[in-house]
Amino acid sequence: MMKVTFPHMGHMWICLAAMLEYLGVEVVVPPPSSKRTLTLGARHAPEFACLPFKLNLGNFMEAAEQGADTILMAGGCGPCRFGYYAQVEHAILEDLGYNYRLVVLEPPRKHVGELLSKIKYITGHSSWWEVVRGIRFGYQKARMVDELERQAHFLRPREIHRGSTDRAFKRALQEIIAMKHPRDLPEARERVRKIMDAVAIKPRPVLRVGIVGEIFTLLEPFANHDLERRLGYLGVETDRSIYLSEWINDHLFLGLVRGLRSRREACQAAPPYLNHFVGGHGQETVGSAVIYARQGYDGVIQLLPFTCMPEIVAHSVLPGLSNKLGIPTLTITVDEQSGEAGLVTRLEAFVDLLARKKGVVV
Amino acid sequence: MKGYLGIDVGSVSTNLVFMDENGKIREAIYLRTRGQPICALQEGLRQLAGRLPANTAVRGVGTTGSGRFLAGIIAGADVVKNEITSHAVAASTLVPGVQTILEIGGQDSKIIILRNGVVTDFAMNTVCAAGTGSFLDQQAARLNIPIEEFGNLALESTVPVRIAGRCAVFAESDMIHKQQMGYSLPDILAGLCEALVRNYLNNVGKGKEILPPVVFQGGVAANAGMRRAFEQALGLEVHVPPHYNVMGAVGAAILAREKMAGGGTSRFRGFGVAETRFKAGGFVCENCPNLCEVVEITREGEVIARWGDRCGRWSGSLGYQESAV
Repeated sequence: MMKVTFPHMGHMWICLAAMLEYLGVEVVVPPPSSKRTLTLGARHAPEFACLPFKLNLGNFMEAAEQGADTILMAGGCGPCRFGYYAQVEHAILEDLGYNYRLVVLEPPRKHVGELLSKIKYITGHSSWWEVVRGIRFGYQKARMVDELERQAHFLRPREIHRGSTDRAFKRALQEIIAMKHPRDLPEARERVRKIMDAVAIKPRPVLRVGIVGEIFTLLEPFANHDLERRLGYLGVETDRSIYLSEWINDHLFLGLVRGLRSRREACQAAPPYLNHFVGGHGQETVGSAVIYARQGYDGVIQLLPFTCMPEIVAHSVLPGLSNKLGIPTLTITVDEQSGEAGLVTRLEAFVDLLARKKGVVV
Repeated sequence: MKGYLGIDVGSVSTNLVFMDENGKIREAIYLRTRGQPICALQEGLRQLAGRLPANTAVRGVGTTGSGRFLAGIIAGADVVKNEITSHAVAASTLVPGVQTILEIGGQDSKIIILRNGVVTDFAMNTVCAAGTGSFLDQQAARLNIPIEEFGNLALESTVPVRIAGRCAVFAESDMIHKQQMGYSLPDILAGLCEALVRNYLNNVGKGKEILPPVVFQGGVAANAGMRRAFEQALGLEVHVPPHYNVMGAVGAAILAREKMAGGGTSRFRGFGVAETRFKAGGFVCENCPNLCEVVEITREGEVIARWGDRCGRWSGSLGYQESAV
């Protein structure tokens, strides 16, 4: 029987592992991305590949140590290099002597038949009905995790005891992870709610910052140096332009689930600043910045991995937008060389800027 | 005399200022950090204590610079602020109406844009330190001229030579090449200044609207050649304010005064800390694969601060709040 692994992207593993394990697939979740993961990945990756590539590669090397033999990875056909990462990473792993089977899931919009045959390949004897239930279960977990993250974004700047939100978040996450069957959902939801409600907060002035940019660096706290937590501690309530469940709905369910925020709104808000698709999430970045400005957010932070073309295009558009809409923006580029001291200084200064502009003390 | 202490511990220099209650800078000390921030800070405090009258009362302390957390712990700071905010506060207090701040320090350079006295935008050099004070220092040493004379020599130039300034290593190769071609030293130095200014404006200053009054501060502002190169490139007058090389410390002192305006007693540990034994040590936490390098500050053998851990396991254990930023 194959042992399936996949790259990390924030809490995505919770959703993927739930789906696969529900269908009886043996899963090897790579150890959380760490400095070791990055060191391994950066050593064998092309230098100018972006940070997600290096971390993916490191994840696969660490998962192999735990016995994984099959890689499950997303493909893509957009003008972003990610579309061929699966194949290139696989080739590098083969050169290094790893014996991995590679299964690439291409977007349903372009290759529905191929996608279905790959899913069948991974899930083996499960019926299509079971597969649908498995995907639904994974998706429900993704929704719960996203909801939990949103709560943490609200609580962190308002908590009375520093760190209490993070401790509660960890416990609540365990509840979601431990759930093995869709029938346990209501009880788990209740336990999560109780844990988060117990965090003591006080009303105080906070700043609101929208975080936009490339999906991997947005979702993976290791890649963005815990940006949301740092901002929370500086008295900032954050929101971000992409949550996993929204992305799944947009790209895998083709917008089937109603009532969720969608990339379409972001893309519609982008003109006249950026009128075209520029690959990756470039247009969403610009559009989301416009939406945050309209919603009265105090500032926008753009996150991107070094050498990310779509986000570089968006970056060059942001100053004009910032000027016109009167919303300050800060761009943070990350790669394996990123220093923490520089990031802390920039974030602090940006928060000071927002606070002084607004005339509040946070 | 009563007043406020501002401390800026940077990569290259450690600066202290004492500002009286009327906002006048009474003493300013500029020392080389030499990789030993604790010693530099203690030496600065010792010198400052020697220069101030015996009845001086410190009402508040502010620290800034890359060593601000360390300095905050050692001296007992009331406010710990990043260098961008500190520089902006200092410039807008000393040069009212300033709209653009060009700041070049030892290893970083920044641009700060202000409108109506409020910072609206800023940028710092990101991946490269080409063109900061350390590089000029190194080139002056290589050419065997004291760094203090660098600027005036550059001003003697009539035809600055074009130097490739994108990268410090290539700039040095290009300078050596130009020397071997026989160009005069002042022309090469002036060319270097122009290259660094070009580099600064294209990288740090990219996309920023540079409006007058323009203030140039940081250690490199002492270099008259750099100032002239900025004026020529921008077509604007560039002011170098008094205390240009200790502006971060001035800002920290002003912020300390703001913070203490509501009353309360300062957390200043007293000038006696110059004689206390502080030690900075560290260890690698092996609790997870992140292998964080945890820094530990001890005073007379007792641990008073820790930082550097991603998860808060060590920094949180002492209840020291600022370190968790």
